[in-house]
Amino acid sequence: MKKGQKKQTKENRHSMSMGKRLKKNWQLYIFLLPALAGLILFSYVPMYGIQLAFRDYNPLRGIMGSPWVGFENFTRFFHSPQFQNLLINTLAISFYSLIVGFPIPIILALGLNYVANLRFKKAVQSITYAPYFISTVVLVGILNIFLSTDGGLINQLVKFFGRDPILFMGQSRFWRHIYVWSGVWQSMGWNAVIYIATLAGVSAEMHEAATIDGATKFQRVFWIDLPMILPTIVITLILSCGSIMGIGFEKAYLMQNPLNLGVSEIISTYIYKIGLVNSEYGFSTAVGLFNSVVNCIVLLTVNQAAKRISKTSLW
Amino acid sequence: MIEKVFGKQFVNQSLANKVFDIVNHIILFTLMMVVLYPLYFIVIASFSSPVAVAGGEVILFPKGFNMDGYKEIFKYKDIWTGYGNSIIYTAVGTSINLISTIPAAFAFSRRDLPGIKPLMLLFVFTMFFGGGLIPTYLLVQSLHMDNTIWALVLPGAVGVYNLIVARTFFEQSIPEELYEASVVDGCDYFRYFFRIVLPISKPIIAVMMLIYAVGHWNSYFSALIYLVDRSKFPLQVILREILIQQQQVAGNNAMTLDALEQQRHLAEMIKYGVIVVASLPALCMYPFVQKHFVKGMMIGAVKG
Repeated sequence: MKKGQKKQTKENRHSMSMGKRLKKNWQLYIFLLPALAGLILFSYVPMYGIQLAFRDYNPLRGIMGSPWVGFENFTRFFHSPQFQNLLINTLAISFYSLIVGFPIPIILALGLNYVANLRFKKAVQSITYAPYFISTVVLVGILNIFLSTDGGLINQLVKFFGRDPILFMGQSRFWRHIYVWSGVWQSMGWNAVIYIATLAGVSAEMHEAATIDGATKFQRVFWIDLPMILPTIVITLILSCGSIMGIGFEKAYLMQNPLNLGVSEIISTYIYKIGLVNSEYGFSTAVGLFNSVVNCIVLLTVNQAAKRISKTSLW
Repeated sequence: MIEKVFGKQFVNQSLANKVFDIVNHIILFTLMMVVLYPLYFIVIASFSSPVAVAGGEVILFPKGFNMDGYKEIFKYKDIWTGYGNSIIYTAVGTSINLISTIPAAFAFSRRDLPGIKPLMLLFVFTMFFGGGLIPTYLLVQSLHMDNTIWALVLPGAVGVYNLIVARTFFEQSIPEELYEASVVDGCDYFRYFFRIVLPISKPIIAVMMLIYAVGHWNSYFSALIYLVDRSKFPLQVILREILIQQQQVAGNNAMTLDALEQQRHLAEMIKYGVIVVASLPALCMYPFVQKHFVKGMMIGAVKG
């Protein structure tokens, strides 16, 4: 009876004319208004400014008045000596972060799922996601303190083993590892939350049935839990691939010093420096546009691949 | 003992399961310690004698307990103006975020809204493509928002990802029957939203509030590029000077080598103390919101 009623209202809704539906729902557009206004002003209006990438910006003449230069800014970027280096640094950091940072939260969530002692479970969960609330400035500050050559905790350990202190932040070969692993430290707990949520929804009966059939816990992880969280994994993976070129400006910038610039200069820090520090607006916008376009292509490709392989996709 | 750690059934389990449990607990315990210890160390180091910290004597407990670092921090004015500014920016910014996110998420949860698909696309598109740094910067300038709080709180007013999470929450946790019943009782969408939806949506509001507030509290980049007056700087910009650019905070009239050494140690102490002081609000807030995480974040988790 109840179900039938529901169906009927649904049909009514579809048969309603557009005008009627608008009249019935106009209040919902009021709810949308603040968000829409913000979005148009601060996301879409700046897109209009992208034309700067094809102009030689002159502050006196404004965006519209500055002369067109075609693809000159782009060719200049592609031919610049930094181009290759920036691209390699950006991709290296993001792939490294992805490969290390992606599976660890999944392992954490799967492991937590099998802890019987609730207090221990809660402790692990609360503690591992606490660092997420620490600011990037503080995180890099902590790194500086721990890795410092005079009295830093890590170097005290190094000394304890009879070696000379290492200038970690000043040596290129350590930089990527420090960047990636501190990121894992900061966000594994937070990133695990979404998998923990999905795992909580796996039916207990399935686990019981498997246990009766003699499955070990390891087998249950592999044949029940993993398949159940696979759609979530795929979505998260697509989203992280979508930001492969967009790795955080903040942390890389804060971790930079003249000694590690060779590996720490990435596209986003470069955009900031040439754009806002050197005021080369047109060139900087071009570099930014190149970055966004590559990003979009990566996202679309991964999304399409995911659609084919696992039938899960963003849209 | 074993029962306490691994649960009642541990003893009766097969060998494979016992191995699994033991390895699992070791891994989780290690992860927990790896995360916890650095945080713990900073707290105990901030209360210890600088010489003991530098000498590697502070490992599990503070040594040479003192509050000199904190005393010095209290004297440093910029930190407190920064603190005040950050509180204002966070409060205003978070309110704006919530006012734009929550109602919009509710509207998007009503699937019969005409034009919902293209509208959603309009939002989602901005997650992956944007104007970039310079066009945004020029826009903020042309709106004369630079060097004001508005440059910090308005451009990021809607987090599209958060909007999607909140929409999923509304879709999944508020039954359609509730709406139908309220319509029968004469509710329009305004009344329904304010009287019925908001009161039962505390979990998602709490989670959104936490995420946005932490974001504002921790952000420094917009302040760095838009603010000129030092008196308007938020805490993170001041922290950057102390922690990253190694700016001296303690008095600088030291002459003798000994005094210099002492001053350097004090500067180290200030760093530990400043980290504790700066992280306190966020860390204090989250246990209160944590209980809502299960309901808010978990139901709202990404579903595309």
